[in-house]
Amino acid sequence: MKLITAIINPDRLDHVREALIQADITRITVSRVTGHGRQEDIDIYRGQKIAPNLIPKIRIDIAVNEEFVEKTIDAIIDSASHDPVAIGDGKIFITPLEDCIRIRTRERGGSAV
Amino acid sequence: MKNRLISAFLLLPLLLHSGTPLYGAEEVYTDSGTTSWMLTSTALVLLMIPGLAMFYGGLVRTKNVIGTMMHSFGAMVIIGVLWPMVGYALSFGPGVLGGFVGWDPQLFMLQGIDDTIMESHIPEYVFAMFQGKFAIITPALIAGAFAERVNFRGYAVFIALWSIIVYSPICHWVWASDGFLFNLGAAGAIDFAGGTVVHISSGVTALVAALYLGSRRGYPRNVMHPNNLVMTLTGAGLLWVGWFGFNAGSAISSDLATARALTVTQLSAAAGAFAWMVIEMVHHGKATSLGVASGILAGLVAITPAAGVVQPVGAFALGALASLVCYGAILLKNRMGYDDSLDAFGVHGVGGIVGALALVFFIRPSWMAEAAELAGGSWSVWQQLGVQATAVGITVFYASVVSLILLVLIEKTIGLRISENDEMSGLDHSMHGEHGYGLINLN
Repeated sequence: MKLITAIINPDRLDHVREALIQADITRITVSRVTGHGRQEDIDIYRGQKIAPNLIPKIRIDIAVNEEFVEKTIDAIIDSASHDPVAIGDGKIFITPLEDCIRIRTRERGGSAV
Repeated sequence: MKNRLISAFLLLPLLLHSGTPLYGAEEVYTDSGTTSWMLTSTALVLLMIPGLAMFYGGLVRTKNVIGTMMHSFGAMVIIGVLWPMVGYALSFGPGVLGGFVGWDPQLFMLQGIDDTIMESHIPEYVFAMFQGKFAIITPALIAGAFAERVNFRGYAVFIALWSIIVYSPICHWVWASDGFLFNLGAAGAIDFAGGTVVHISSGVTALVAALYLGSRRGYPRNVMHPNNLVMTLTGAGLLWVGWFGFNAGSAISSDLATARALTVTQLSAAAGAFAWMVIEMVHHGKATSLGVASGILAGLVAITPAAGVVQPVGAFALGALASLVCYGAILLKNRMGYDDSLDAFGVHGVGGIVGALALVFFIRPSWMAEAAELAGGSWSVWQQLGVQATAVGITVFYASVVSLILLVLIEKTIGLRISENDEMSGLDHSMHGEHGYGLINLN
């Protein structure tokens, strides 16, 4: 099992959600987050160094079984990219997922995902 | 073409320097009480525009909140410029083209009214500005029907043309002293504060626009939940407050007629909200806040044409009846499946028609007696109903036909419906490059 965390631009949320649904990935968690990426963005403003502005982003968390990992990643990449590709299209993090429990039935592991 | 352009430019200075006052020999004085109430009313009606922006803005999805509020503010800006330029002259100038529309070169840019005091003892500037607020809110109401899916540029051109070609003529027919609906029947078609001019014209246009532009992407399969009902309720509250200027100001006086209009406005709004609340309690077991807000609006819309002629009993009846019929209209819309997104037709069109027609059954006896006298003997409720139906029918026909032509024209040239990609991203990002709730993200 893997936990896929994607940070995307807010204006692509609907595109990504639709792509995921098309790929049969229907269980997702979405949150509003803020952050910033490349460090070179630091500005100098009237002699002071200014950290780049925090930019609103959307975070999507998806727990998947191994065979769904590539499918999910492809769907996100295809739908989250701007055309033409732009800085700020986002990132995808993949981490191993130790266990998963469905609270209602107390199922554990792959079937609970 | 070139010649015509040149002559138009030659005409411009003429238009600008023909500012002689209109009033005749008898000096009319300014009544400070009436003038101050009319100034207050003018400001109150303007308050309805941000009220409408909040009402509509709260009902759409988060990604469209700025785009939707900009539809109201855009009207405030665009009609705010157009109205003093040509709108007032087209609406309240003496009839030209066989009474189709008004026009007086002296009213272009409001030049001719610098010294004018009207017979109602207020400066004409106040009247012109008061009427200007009505011209602003009317096209803004339409935006509810095609929320979340129109191009801002196309919208701007649409409301500008609509205001000139649809609003001004109807306004002239119904409210100008030489308008043909103003003089229809014994004592004219009754439209105290804008049932036909404002609510029916915008509501019908809204229906035509919703049908022509088609549904939002995913409607009705996907749930499209309001992003902020708190804002919608605040907006509904502002609309209610502003409506006192809208209706009680339309008496263009500060006397008994004003008091009557204010009282029935309050009663009808409350009765409408109460009726909607009860209907929802019976139908769904829960009274929703959006239902109460819709009921307030339905009641206010229905009393708008009637505020000058009905008594409190009529106000209760009209408010409750409007809620009942509007509730049914929205159920019917859901069954039929067209996407009047924020129910601009369901509330303003339907509520306006209910008010304009049903008011005849509640007219105060003294008004009927006066009408009978003017008609030379007798004047019945049914005769007045005929007059009302004529006014409603003409408004519905004219607004829908001309709006459809405008919509097709703009869709084919500038483009009104936005692309699928822009619609998915949301109006805020695609049309304005902004987002509504930045502060929530610690930015």
